[in-house]
Amino acid sequence: MSVALQVRGITKRFGGLLAVNNVSFEVQDKEILSVIGPNGAGKSTLFKLISSFLRPTSGEVLFNGKCISGLSPHTVARIGVVRTFQETTIFRHMNVRDNVIIAHHLRASAGLTGFFLNSKQAIVDEKKFGESADEILEFLGLQECRDEIALNLPHGHLRALGIAIGLATNPKVLLLDEPFAGMNHDETTKAVEMVREVRNRGVTVLLVEHDMQAVMKISERIVVINFGEKIAEGSPQEIQENEKVIEAYLGSEDESIGI
Amino acid sequence: MSKKFLFGVAVFLLIMLVLVPQILLATDRKDLMSVATSIALNSIIAAGVWLTFYIGRINIGQGAFALLGGYVSAILIVHYDVSFWLSLPLAGLACAVASVLIGLPILRLRGVYFAMVTLTLTEVGRLLAQALSLTGGPKGITNIPPPGALEFFGLTIIPDFAELENLRLGYYYLAVVLMIICFAGMWRLVNSRLGFLCRSLQQNEELASSIGVNVTHLRVLAYAISSFCGGIGGAVFASIVQSIYPNTFPIQESVNYMLYCFLGGLNYVFGPMLGTGVLYLGWDFLFILGQYQLLVYSTILIILILFLPNGLLSVRLPGMKRV
Repeated sequence: MSVALQVRGITKRFGGLLAVNNVSFEVQDKEILSVIGPNGAGKSTLFKLISSFLRPTSGEVLFNGKCISGLSPHTVARIGVVRTFQETTIFRHMNVRDNVIIAHHLRASAGLTGFFLNSKQAIVDEKKFGESADEILEFLGLQECRDEIALNLPHGHLRALGIAIGLATNPKVLLLDEPFAGMNHDETTKAVEMVREVRNRGVTVLLVEHDMQAVMKISERIVVINFGEKIAEGSPQEIQENEKVIEAYLGSEDESIGI
Repeated sequence: MSKKFLFGVAVFLLIMLVLVPQILLATDRKDLMSVATSIALNSIIAAGVWLTFYIGRINIGQGAFALLGGYVSAILIVHYDVSFWLSLPLAGLACAVASVLIGLPILRLRGVYFAMVTLTLTEVGRLLAQALSLTGGPKGITNIPPPGALEFFGLTIIPDFAELENLRLGYYYLAVVLMIICFAGMWRLVNSRLGFLCRSLQQNEELASSIGVNVTHLRVLAYAISSFCGGIGGAVFASIVQSIYPNTFPIQESVNYMLYCFLGGLNYVFGPMLGTGVLYLGWDFLFILGQYQLLVYSTILIILILFLPNGLLSVRLPGMKRV
C-alpha cells in the first residue's frame, strides 16, 4: 500500500487561537481514515486545511508526494482531492441530476468556447456527463429523485447527493465532512454502507465525524485530535482502549475541585 | 430546439424588423422611433447587468461602462478618425479590459458590498470624465459624426448614415440588430455549460470551487461580458445623440438597468428586454399625469415587485408550461 495523503506538521493560528497545532498523519491509498475529536477540537479547521479551503500557518499537506497546501481549492480538486460539505451545501435550486452533471466539470475535454459554440467535443462531453451522472445516482440510490429540485430532498438523500457531487469529480481522495451527522440508526447504517462502497470504487476516504459508533464501524484507522493536537492514532480497537482518548471524551478526575 | 421556440423567434424577428418600423413609418411618429431605439439599446446594456445578477452579484455600476464605451468610441471617431464600425467593438473591448482590472479585486465582495462598490463606480466614471482633458471635461465631446459606410472589398454592407433618407430608421435597425445579436449570444451562453456554471456560482461559490470550477476566472469572465454589453450600448447611444457628456449615464441610469432586470425576471434571459420595454414605455406613457408621474410610476413598481417577485416572465397563463 502506498501513501495517498501526507499531513506534515500542519499548524493553523487564528490570531491568538491555535486551532490546529503541529498535526501529522498519513492516509494510505484506498483506506478509510476518520478524524475524530470532541467539539471545538479543530476537526473542521483541519478538514479545511487538507482541502485547501484554508492556508496553513505552517506545515504542509502532500498528495502523492506533491505539496497541495496553498493552492486554490479548484486546483486541488483538479489534482484529485475533493471535499464534500454538510447537507445544506448543494446547488439548491437545480434538480438532482443537474447537480451531479455540473460536478463533472473537471472531466470536460471541450473548453468553454467549445461549449458555447456547441462543438462536436462538447456534445460528446454532455452525453458522457449525463450517462455518468445516471450511473452515480443509481449507485447511491438516488435515481428515483433525479428530477426533484435538490431543495426538496429529505435529509438522508441530501447527504447522498453531497457524496454524488463529490464522486462526479472523479476524485482520488474524497474528504467527507460529518457524513453521519443528524442521522438516525438506520440511516447511519445505510450511509456507512454507502461510504464503504465509495471506497470499493477505488477512492481513498478521509472523514471527519462526531458519531462514534459509526466511526468505529467504518474506519480502518482513526486519528483523534483534541485542543488542536493529535492525541492518538490507530485502529478502532486501539482507540477505544486509549486512555488519552477516553479522558478527552469523558473528562478526567479533577482533584482540585474534588471529583 | 422546439418548433414552438423557433416559431416564437421568427414572430419576434418579424415584429421587430418589419412590423414596428413599418407602423412607425406609416404613422410618422418620429419620437416613437427614437423611443424604440432607446429601448433596444437600453436592453443591451441591461442584458449585461442581468448576467452579473446571474452569477449572484448585484450590479449598479453599468452606467460607468456605458459611459466608458461612449467615450472610447467618441474619442476614436473624433480625434483619431477611426470608423464607427471599428470603434464599436473597440469600445466594448475597452470596457471588458477595464472590467477585468476592476473586477479582479471587487468581485470577491458579495451581496450589498459589491452593490455599493459598483454604485460608486458610476460616480467615479462621471468625475473622471469631468476631470480629464482627453474626454473634454464637463463640455464633453460633441459633433460626433454619424456612422460612415461599412465596406468589405468594395462591397457596401452598410450605407453611410449621413446619406440615409431616414437617419432615425437607420439607427433603429442598428440598435435592434445589435440587440438581437446580444440576446442570441446570451441565450446560447445561458443554455450551454457556461450558464450551468454561472448558476452554480449564483447558488454556492464554495461548492462550485470544490468541484473544480475556477470561480475567480468565471466571475471575471461574466463581468467582462457584462461590461462589453454596456460599452457597446453606450457607444451606439453616443453616436445617436452625436455627443457624450459626463452626465450622459448618471446613477439613475445604473439603477434603471437593475430595475429593468428585476421587472423582467432575473431567471429569464429575455427578462431584461421585456423589463426595459415595459418600464421605458410605462414611464413615457405616464407623462400625461404630469406632476404625479413619478408617484404613480413608483407605486406600480412597488406593487409589481411585491406581487411578482420573480419578474413579469414568471407570469404563467393557465395551460402554459413552465419553461
